[in-house]
Amino acid sequence: MRSALRHPLFWPVLALGILLLVNLVATPSFFSVRVQDGHLYGSLIDILRNGAPTLLIALGMTLVIATRGIDLSVGAIVAIAGAVSCTYLAGAPDESSAGRAIVAMSLAVGVCILLGLWNGFLVAVLGIQPIIATLVLMTAGRGLAMLITDGQIITVNNSLFKKVGAGFVLGLPVAILIALAILLVTAVLTRRTALGMLIEAVGINPEASRLAGVRSRTITWTVYVFIAFCSAVAGLMIASNTSAADANNAGLFIELDAILAVVIGGTSLAGGRFSLTGTFIGAMFIQTLATTIPTIGIPSETNYLFKAIVVILVCLLQSPKARAVLRVRRPAPLLTRGSQA
Amino acid sequence: MSAHTPTADDLRGSATDRLRQLTPPRRFYPVLATAALFVGMLGAGGIRYEGFTSPQVILNLLVDNAFLIVLAVGMTCVILTGGIDLSVGSVVALSTMVAASTLRAGWPAALVVVAVLLSGSVLGLLMGLVIHYFEIQPFIVTLAGMFLARGLCYLISIESIPIKDPTFTSFAMGTIDLPGGYFITPAVLVALFVLAVAAWGLHMTRFGRTVYAVGGSEQSALLMGLAVARTKVGVYVISGFCSSLAGLLFSVYMLSGYSLHAVGMELDAIAAVVIGGTLLAGGSGLVLGSALGVLVLGTIQTFISFDGNLSSWWTKITIGVLLLVFVVIQRLFTRRQA
Repeated sequence: MRSALRHPLFWPVLALGILLLVNLVATPSFFSVRVQDGHLYGSLIDILRNGAPTLLIALGMTLVIATRGIDLSVGAIVAIAGAVSCTYLAGAPDESSAGRAIVAMSLAVGVCILLGLWNGFLVAVLGIQPIIATLVLMTAGRGLAMLITDGQIITVNNSLFKKVGAGFVLGLPVAILIALAILLVTAVLTRRTALGMLIEAVGINPEASRLAGVRSRTITWTVYVFIAFCSAVAGLMIASNTSAADANNAGLFIELDAILAVVIGGTSLAGGRFSLTGTFIGAMFIQTLATTIPTIGIPSETNYLFKAIVVILVCLLQSPKARAVLRVRRPAPLLTRGSQA
Repeated sequence: MSAHTPTADDLRGSATDRLRQLTPPRRFYPVLATAALFVGMLGAGGIRYEGFTSPQVILNLLVDNAFLIVLAVGMTCVILTGGIDLSVGSVVALSTMVAASTLRAGWPAALVVVAVLLSGSVLGLLMGLVIHYFEIQPFIVTLAGMFLARGLCYLISIESIPIKDPTFTSFAMGTIDLPGGYFITPAVLVALFVLAVAAWGLHMTRFGRTVYAVGGSEQSALLMGLAVARTKVGVYVISGFCSSLAGLLFSVYMLSGYSLHAVGMELDAIAAVVIGGTLLAGGSGLVLGSALGVLVLGTIQTFISFDGNLSSWWTKITIGVLLLVFVVIQRLFTRRQA
């Protein structure tokens, strides 16, 4: 029992469990999943599908935060990915062809990877603080997206493009399958190879790991490209779900949700260690929270209030100082008493 | 020919000495660069568009951005200690909401002003205490503050609330005439007063010098026996106070309270501070620079409204590019010093 309590994922899982329980009490049909036209439907499936973009970006954010960085520009990249793909599709003579959709999506991902290279260049090569380096693209990016779409909301009609965000394969939403696939590949790459350890080493001390022979600059650069890739795919999902590119609102505040998911999942903002499973649970927690609030009769706009309370609670739980305050009444362990003497 | 005839070398030496005496100290360089940028932009605008440099257009920069100046002053204090405050935009929105809703409930205007200023300061105090005593990164605590303030806005009302209180409307409509038929609004006076108080406080008081010391090196400040805790918490109180004051000015400017007011304004404030030459690592910068930064941002907007053909999203792109240029220059500057 004590070891279960000590497990880093104990609190996130408990929080998610409580939230699901609240839903079950409020709406008894919450866990029912029904099959309709060969697709699975139900609140749980909705949570998975709507949480896919946040999950993807949070995945990239986990690795960025593990290197002691942060990426604020993801929302802008989401908007740019939607803008590029939809503008290209809408400008095509044959808008509904599958080939056209593939080119449009590849183009969007390509542009976003260039933006990731740019962020990585500022952070890894010029050595600008990550929060400021990515603030540049956060500020300018939405303007760029507006420039691409000419300030319009561009709607498209393409069945393949529609599938990415709203389609189903084997009864499951395509969006969550894509997100889970990328999660799985990332997990294998970081946990079955040395890559994860190298990322953590850079997060603990970039200079020391460079001296130890780690290519810390390349690793930092790579994680920013990776998060841009994740944001691009998430942007395609969001644009595809509505079949439209809204440069003003697509991915608004998603960077905050992604950071929140990472923090809830137990990854420390100080860098140096990360948990992909934790991020998954964190992302699902945020999406479940967004679903729960209107269900139990609170206006959904107050979502922010609850997110704020969650951020503060999670951070306090993680903070060594707060833990020390909580623990102050207990006798100190023998070892520290011995060393003081 | 006496032996005292100065040689060419001597002359050159004294000339450079005299020049060195005339040049301002190094710490003014970034502010001078911003001032040069501002004047350059005004000049370019004046050449391109007729009436761009008319005094009223320049005064309007102050009129339209008074709240942003107040906001940037608070943000400068926080950034000088090496922190950051992401909650300011939401606190502005919350202040407009609190002001509008309490006025609708029939509170007297003076009480409303006190209540708004107090709520902003208390929020800042709470964030400062959490940041300092629990050692959680300012970024994440003020992010929570940002969510909290927005959530509270929505809790008060989802709709926009108009402000009809006579005191507020008379303050909004009031103008102060200057010689030559030009005018400013009372909000500009408030902003300039805040700027002056901040400049005095940062350079003439013990608190202000501690702000710079903490930003330079918190560890050293602590070892010197400075009141680090009080200063670190203090700057967030100042920032909260400035945000709520900016919120009051903004509610007067818009004559309404709305939960979607000031979305993304924290970025404008940070951009203004950075463009104004304050080092994001803390320890170096002037509030005057931040005010100039606000004027530069305002000039970009004036450019776009004068042109007529440029779309408003160029504002964001230009701010991003300027931010980049200044951050890169900062980086080169600090690297050379190191």
